[in-house]
Amino acid sequence: MTLQEKLALIVRDSRLSPKQKSNYLALEADSSLPYLSISEAVTQAKSTGIICDMFEGNAPFKPRYVLPDYAKFLQQGSDYLELQAAQDLDEALNALTIIYHHVPSVTNIPVYLGQLDEILMPFVDGLDEELIYRKIKLFWIMLDRTLPDAFMHVNIGPSDNIICRTILRVDAELKQIAPNLTFMYDPDITPDALLQVAASNICECSKPHIANYPIHKNAYDKQGFGIVSCYNSLPLAGGANTLVRLNLKEVALKADNIEGFFSQTLPHYCQLTYELIEARSKFLHQESHFFDSFLVKEGLIEEQRFAPMFGIYGMAEAVNILLGNPELSEVASEKPSKHYGHNKVANDLGHRISAALDSIVKSTPVTYGYHGRALLHSQGGISLDIDVTPGVRIPYGTEPDPISHIRALAAHHQYYTSGISDILTIDETVKSNPEAMYQLCKGALSLGFREFTANVASNDLVRVTGYMIKLSDIANFKQQGSRTNTTGLGAEAAANTGILNRKPRVTSHEQSPVYAK
Amino acid sequence: MSNRLSTLSKTASVNQIINFSCVDGPGSRLVIFLQGCNYNCKNCHNPHTIDRCDSCGDCIEHCPTQALIMTSTGGKNTIRWNSDLCSECDTCLAVCPRQSSPKTRKYNVDQLLEVIREQNPFISGITVSGGEASLQLHFVSALFQAIKTSDELQHLSCMIDSNGSLSELGWQKLLPYIDGAMIDLKAWQQETHRYITGRDNHKVFRSLKLLSQHNKLYEVRLLQIPGVTDFESEIDALASFLTQLPCETRIKLNAFQHHGVTGEALTWQTCSKDNIERLASQLTARGVKPIILPKVYI
Ligand code: SF4
Ligand code: SF4
Repeated sequence: MTLQEKLALIVRDSRLSPKQKSNYLALEADSSLPYLSISEAVTQAKSTGIICDMFEGNAPFKPRYVLPDYAKFLQQGSDYLELQAAQDLDEALNALTIIYHHVPSVTNIPVYLGQLDEILMPFVDGLDEELIYRKIKLFWIMLDRTLPDAFMHVNIGPSDNIICRTILRVDAELKQIAPNLTFMYDPDITPDALLQVAASNICECSKPHIANYPIHKNAYDKQGFGIVSCYNSLPLAGGANTLVRLNLKEVALKADNIEGFFSQTLPHYCQLTYELIEARSKFLHQESHFFDSFLVKEGLIEEQRFAPMFGIYGMAEAVNILLGNPELSEVASEKPSKHYGHNKVANDLGHRISAALDSIVKSTPVTYGYHGRALLHSQGGISLDIDVTPGVRIPYGTEPDPISHIRALAAHHQYYTSGISDILTIDETVKSNPEAMYQLCKGALSLGFREFTANVASNDLVRVTGYMIKLSDIANFKQQGSRTNTTGLGAEAAANTGILNRKPRVTSHEQSPVYAK
Repeated sequence: MSNRLSTLSKTASVNQIINFSCVDGPGSRLVIFLQGCNYNCKNCHNPHTIDRCDSCGDCIEHCPTQALIMTSTGGKNTIRWNSDLCSECDTCLAVCPRQSSPKTRKYNVDQLLEVIREQNPFISGITVSGGEASLQLHFVSALFQAIKTSDELQHLSCMIDSNGSLSELGWQKLLPYIDGAMIDLKAWQQETHRYITGRDNHKVFRSLKLLSQHNKLYEVRLLQIPGVTDFESEIDALASFLTQLPCETRIKLNAFQHHGVTGEALTWQTCSKDNIERLASQLTARGVKPIILPKVYI
């Protein structure tokens, strides 16, 4: 298809809103530019699907993820936006509503809305519970309707406070796909009763996602961090300038044996990944003028707090290939097996690969990084990934029981500083027993899980990697399109990866801004 | 006493252990299914847990992976199952003339405690089920006593899932160590109960009363089989009995399905969502609460 034909298809598509059409047109324009200059080896690795730039565009003019310091914004106001410092809750919510429209990301919509309980708590004095509830509820509805993208992400916790509780209440009540929600849990700060509320919410609507606060906190400096988009943990007042990911399955296919994989193949492709990271972040930092924006001038973000994310996926396939295990079918998943996720030898090899990646990423300097380094990320996949499993997850349909599942993967979590998403699908009997979800979550976090995420079978609202979709929306999408940008991605994931055929589980999918009819 | 008991009972025959269940008591539970049952329910959906294997060896030659072998110690033959070789094809279950299973494992109390310790961070408690768990009473009470006297495990709740046939004396042995029991009431009338299970239900009623007097009756389960059970025809009597139970006791309705069922019961009609909701509303109208309905109908 020529570029013009593709553009013509986009403008004629009956399912897309004018805004969605503009987005797709812009993306096509972006990818019609010549690609940044990269070596023949990287071009080759890119075109054969070993290395992937996540369709961020051929000449990146905005970072992938941006995490402004919203607390500072509320305290100082903004010259550029002509806003005074917020004086009360209404002004704070209004100011946030405004700035969100000026925070870019790869999706064109902010992926980070802030640690909302912490930044709004200074404004609740003297307000009663019901009033706060009404204001938060309207704010929540506004977010879902005006920024229709489930990569948009709110953080709450670990402390127990009225905003945190109100957000949990409103979120369970409205069951919206947006915003996505992370609840920070710290056993020393968070009361068990509050974690129980969060666990009940998961049973209701598969949200929130629970983050192991102490682990994330220790990975960053005093200025802090935020969880954005789907499970990406990044420095606050900074973000990710780019995300390049490596397909471990393809890397394993290039290796002669396990030792060759560790000594040659893996280091070689990591080096090519770095070359692409360097080319992409250099363009953004040196040529795009993004860092001249008001966000930088007003101190809401700092250039040196941006880091590239070094993403990996296809761990399960890589391990099975290196061990010579044939593909495991869903039918055989309950049987004893030598496969990744089920067998100690396979799981240990996986952990060894993660440890090797960790030492490469920690020892390889980058020009634009967090303390001069990229951050390792277990990438949740995109809707175009076929026959390869996201991140370090166990392939869909072959997962063992939830506890064995957690045990098989826990040792990976220490390595993936910028996030790792293992999604447990729990059978719907848990709905009448949220305490079971609570126990499972606590157990997982105590074993070193960085993040705990569960989908409950039969909920309409389910998670596709990090963002949420409604199964009922997908059913309608084919005919009518959707108001929500991510529904199209979910529909595509459903068609390509068969998520809906099995026990409702989750696919892999972070962002795939590619127009597909 | 604990030592004496565990030496006395030695081992239990375990059919299966499930690491994580959310339907067998409060919170997340490790469930231990013991082999052997004294009822013979037509609707049993796990019939190979009923009889004990007598090591006749008939299944050995049918196993495609040589996971079954006969060993003999002191002239006594015992069948051994090698789980590493087993492909879970279940041929052995299909060919066993006693409808039993060679795939059971013997555990002593210490070995089970080891399993429990490992799952400890993930669970709220332990449930023993069956088969009929109370048939291995000494073992169960030794296990629960060991849990309740261990510093690191005593927070775990200990529940038993039973058909209610245990004698009063038997319950007295368990009461100090259990947090609650889940009892099946399979039918209201004697004849119906006998038709379904092959046994009377006097003891079941006695167990229900005894447990509720001691505040240990966590849940009563009614399995609705349309046209077979008599809950609807006996609704008044049933409801007035249930309303006299402590108000915390959960009344759980289960819907009969064909999954795992063999023989005559396969000709019975399965229970629909409508049917179970009708039964629930008849009970509610007569003041029974709280009623728990199934989340899934499969
Ligand atoms: S299920 Fe039974 S017959 Fe089949 S492999 Fe295992 S032991 Fe053998
Ligand atoms: S399982 Fe059945 S066939 Fe096999 S040894 Fe035991 S009683 Fe005999």
